[in-house]
Amino acid sequence: MKNLKIAIASGKGGTGKTTIAVNLYHTLVKQNKQNILLVDCDVEEPNDALFFSDAEVIGETSITHLVPEINIEKCTFCRKCVEYCEYNAITVIPPVKYAEVATDLCHSCGACLYACDFDAITEKPFEIGKMIRYQTQNGAGLTEGRLNVGLAFQTPVIRHVKKVTKNHDGIIIYDAPPGTSCSVVSTIADVDFVILGTEPTPFGLHDLKLAVEVVRNLEKSFGIVINKAHLGDDKIYKYLEEKEIPLLVEIPFQREIAEKYAESQILSNVVDGYEDYYLQMIDNMFKLLN
Amino acid sequence: MKTIITAAEPNLKSLMDLRFGRCQYFCLFDDANGGVSFIKNEGQDAQGGAGTKAAEKMISLGVKRIISGDFGPKAKELLDKFQIQLIKITDNNKSINEIISSIK
Repeated sequence: MKNLKIAIASGKGGTGKTTIAVNLYHTLVKQNKQNILLVDCDVEEPNDALFFSDAEVIGETSITHLVPEINIEKCTFCRKCVEYCEYNAITVIPPVKYAEVATDLCHSCGACLYACDFDAITEKPFEIGKMIRYQTQNGAGLTEGRLNVGLAFQTPVIRHVKKVTKNHDGIIIYDAPPGTSCSVVSTIADVDFVILGTEPTPFGLHDLKLAVEVVRNLEKSFGIVINKAHLGDDKIYKYLEEKEIPLLVEIPFQREIAEKYAESQILSNVVDGYEDYYLQMIDNMFKLLN
Repeated sequence: MKTIITAAEPNLKSLMDLRFGRCQYFCLFDDANGGVSFIKNEGQDAQGGAGTKAAEKMISLGVKRIISGDFGPKAKELLDKFQIQLIKITDNNKSINEIISSIK
C-alpha cells in the first residue's frame, strides 16, 4: 500500500472533525496500517492533543514570517511604502518624522521593500505560531500547528506544518479547521481523500453543500460521515442521493458519545460498538480509493 | 487648538459618529479662528488598520483633541504616543453644533 494523505473537514463546526480524526488515527494504528501520523491543522484551536493525555512533547519550534523594519535614519517619510501596503500595516507621519510597522497586520508580502527607494526597510522574523510534536503511545504521533493568539495567519501556520510533515512515510491524517475558507483549502489541497463530517440538521446540510462545492472544485475523492444520525431530518440523505455523494458511515446520536468526548476519551476504547463504525468508514474509504 | 469630532454627515446638524476609525466624516474645529470643516474618512471601509489610518491623519493634521464614541486599541496607542486628548461621549443625541458650542 502506498503513502496516503487523508483530510477530515466539514462546513459546519461541531460536526465531529476532531472526533473523527482522533478515532480514525486510533483505529488505523490498531489495525497496524503502516506508519500513521496525525496532523492538527485546526490551528486556532488545536485540541487533538487533549485525547492523548499520555503523549509526550518531543519538539516545539517557532513558526515565523518576515516583517519589515523601518530605519528612521534612512527613511525620508515619502509614504511610498504606505501606498504599496495593501493591509494598512505601515504608519508614516511626515510632520512628526514617525514611521512604524504594525506586525500583526503585516502579511509578509514584501511590497514595501520593493517600494522603498532609500534602502530604509529591512526584514526581521516575527513569530506567528508554533509547531508542537507529540509522541503518542502507539503510531507515528501527532504534529500540531498552533497560531499565536490575536493573529490572523492561519494559512501560513498550516502551510508550515504541512511542509514539514509532507514526506512522512505512511498515512497522514489532517484535521482541518471548520468552514470553507483559505485555511481549509490549504489543508486539503494536496490530499488523496477528504472525509466530510456533517450532521442531519438544516445547518449541517447548508454547510455541507458549501464544503462539497470546495472539494468538487479541487477534484478530490471524498466521502461523508454523518454524526449524530437520526436527530434532525432526512433532507441530508436526499441530498447525498441526488448528488451521488458516497456515504462512508453514519454514527447514531448517543449521549454516551458526547459524555466520553467531553472527558477527552478515545471513543473506541469506551463506547461499545463504536469501533465498528470506523472499520466501516475505513473499508468504504479504501473501496473509493481503489 | 484643533479638535476633531467624528461625524455621521458633513454638516453641523449631523449627529456624532460613535466610531473613530470607521466614522463617516471628521469634523475639524479650530478654536483659534472658529473655523469648521468636514473631511471624509477615506479609511472607513478598510479591511484592517482603519483606526491606525485615522490616527495617522489626526497626527498629520496637528489635532490635539478628539471627541468620539470609542477608540480601538491600536488607534488609542498611537494617539497616546502623541499625547492627543481623547474624549468619549457614549450617548449620541447631541448635534455636532451643540458639541462645538459646549467646548468653545
